[in-house]
Amino acid sequence: MANPQILASTVVGADAVAGRLDGPTGPRPRRALSRRNVILYGTLIVIALYYLLPLYVMVVTSLKGMPEIRLGNIFSPPVEVTFQPWVKAWSEACTGLNCDGLSRGFWNSVRILIPSVVLSIAIASVNGYALANWRFKGADVFFTILIIGAFIPYQVMIYPIVILLREIGLYGSLTGLVIVHSIFGMPILTLLFRNYFTSVPEELFKAARVDGAGFWGIYFRIMLPMSLPIFVVAIILQVTGIWNDFLFGVVYTRPDVYPMTVQLNNIVNSVQGVKEYNVNMAATILTGLVPLVVYFFSGKLFVRGIAAGAVKG
Amino acid sequence: MATIEIRDLRLSFGALDVLKQLNLDIAEGEFIVLLGPSGCGKSTLLNCIAGLLDVSDGQIHIGGRNVTWEEPKDRGIGMVFQSYALYPQMSVRGNLSFGLKNQRLPKAEIEQRIARAAKVLQIEPLLDRRPAALSGGQRQRVAIGRALVRDVDVFLFDEPLSNLDAKLRSELRVEIKRLHQQLENTMVYVTHDQIEALTLADRIAVMRGGVIQQLADPATIYNKPTNLFVAGFIGSPSMSFLDGHITSAGGAPAFRTGDLTVPLAGYDGAVPAADGRAVILGVRPEHVTIGPDGAGGLPATVDIDEPMGSDSLVWMQFAGQTLSARTAPGHGLAAGQQVGLGFDPTRASLFDRDSEQRF
Repeated sequence: MANPQILASTVVGADAVAGRLDGPTGPRPRRALSRRNVILYGTLIVIALYYLLPLYVMVVTSLKGMPEIRLGNIFSPPVEVTFQPWVKAWSEACTGLNCDGLSRGFWNSVRILIPSVVLSIAIASVNGYALANWRFKGADVFFTILIIGAFIPYQVMIYPIVILLREIGLYGSLTGLVIVHSIFGMPILTLLFRNYFTSVPEELFKAARVDGAGFWGIYFRIMLPMSLPIFVVAIILQVTGIWNDFLFGVVYTRPDVYPMTVQLNNIVNSVQGVKEYNVNMAATILTGLVPLVVYFFSGKLFVRGIAAGAVKG
Repeated sequence: MATIEIRDLRLSFGALDVLKQLNLDIAEGEFIVLLGPSGCGKSTLLNCIAGLLDVSDGQIHIGGRNVTWEEPKDRGIGMVFQSYALYPQMSVRGNLSFGLKNQRLPKAEIEQRIARAAKVLQIEPLLDRRPAALSGGQRQRVAIGRALVRDVDVFLFDEPLSNLDAKLRSELRVEIKRLHQQLENTMVYVTHDQIEALTLADRIAVMRGGVIQQLADPATIYNKPTNLFVAGFIGSPSMSFLDGHITSAGGAPAFRTGDLTVPLAGYDGAVPAADGRAVILGVRPEHVTIGPDGAGGLPATVDIDEPMGSDSLVWMQFAGQTLSARTAPGHGLAAGQQVGLGFDPTRASLFDRDSEQRF
């Protein structure tokens, strides 16, 4: 502290810089092109390109006509921009006997998606709430069984569920598929909600009980308003999962109610006629649009919810 | 106003007995403090009274009514928690009215009760704020308000001041005491802070291991601790303990440690016969007087001096054991100095070494 040199320089410097000692002052200067930054941003840019390039190829190909595609320059932008492939993919492409494009599959998917998401989240959130706050006898066993459910391969259960749905007369219908999606979403969603509700201070729950709120009162008036982030996470998980599902769609429904993914497969993999790459690309982008939009609009909330709910055991 | 009677209360989590055969009678309008180290079962007992935990055995009566199987809301209690437990998405007004709406009280009645509680607690300007926009002290006021609007006979406090800083804690402590004088409700207050216990309580129940060690008014707890645990737990700086045995000095009983003898004439309690029984002498620092060496006192050596502003704590070696004395600051004692100590046997406590009980 009492370094004589500093004391001496202080006396000299006092006039010049109004009492400041020698040496660094204020924030440390940071170089924009430091080695750390170059490596960091370089890596990020390379990886971003790696992921964006296929998307770029898809978009430009879908905007080209077939003659231009046959030239083989897949990276070159379209000389003559045409939206015909998009129109065809949406409303004219043929799958089986139907020639009304992906629009049929889109609306089927919507009709599957909305009830599945609502049903699975409604049930799972109440499950999680009950498991976290209303410890009943056998709660741990119940929870363990539910978690094990998340690790059983789907393939094992496909045929038994076919029989089950057939017996209750729902095989091949949208209702059947909605039920299947809701059940398969249950383990992971319940885990998600249970962990989130466990992180809510227990005293809050106790205070609500002293205040005379019951099971549903606490759920709707205390817990629900506090858990927007985790609901957003659950919605994103379910929307993307169910929208992208192919296996259950192809197994449990009939051709006229096929979801969009199955229909996309049927368009792209059709073996008759010419392969229309531009239509295929447009159809694929159309199918992927819903999850893409969901991610774009919920990015921040998604991260917040994941951080809040999923980490704590 | 209501009494609380707890009969043979037992609570176990699996093989672990948290509360064992606990009996407690709380009079109307009494302020009882449950005091003990963490894990002693004091909060568990409070939760049992509130009905937030199901008891394993025994009964709880509030206001002469057996409420052992009743829901918390039906027990006529209001509860204040350590973490405030305010509903974060509701305004202060919403927090206060939540319980009343659940009781389906008429709007006018709710408004009136909120206004009254807000006035008592001086939170009127805060009614439309969210809990996040309040300071710690304000939050705890709102939490007290939430118990207040319920218009109940029994208030339960679960370490309500532990999350506050020292200054706010002492302010709110006084406010809670004032509130009790004003409302004259029965209050049960859980804390591990002995200052809160000594200042607030009509009676203190010192707990350890799920058992009430001593239930008495603060003066008795402080001056005549029933056993070694209570003696060591209450008092800051804490009581000094000296190992020794009982002898007889000129016909009167005395305490002997090493080669020093402390007379016990005038001891407040039954001194056992001078049969050489192993005992522990407990002396509070403020009851030890320090005099100059060789002036008739018992010899001791100064070890460390801790000045604390209003007074000073002097640690000494006495017959090979450590002893502290509270004295006025500026005493001019240096480490290694020889002094003569004086004990006041009327204010000391003598414990049996085996049973740890006070004589």
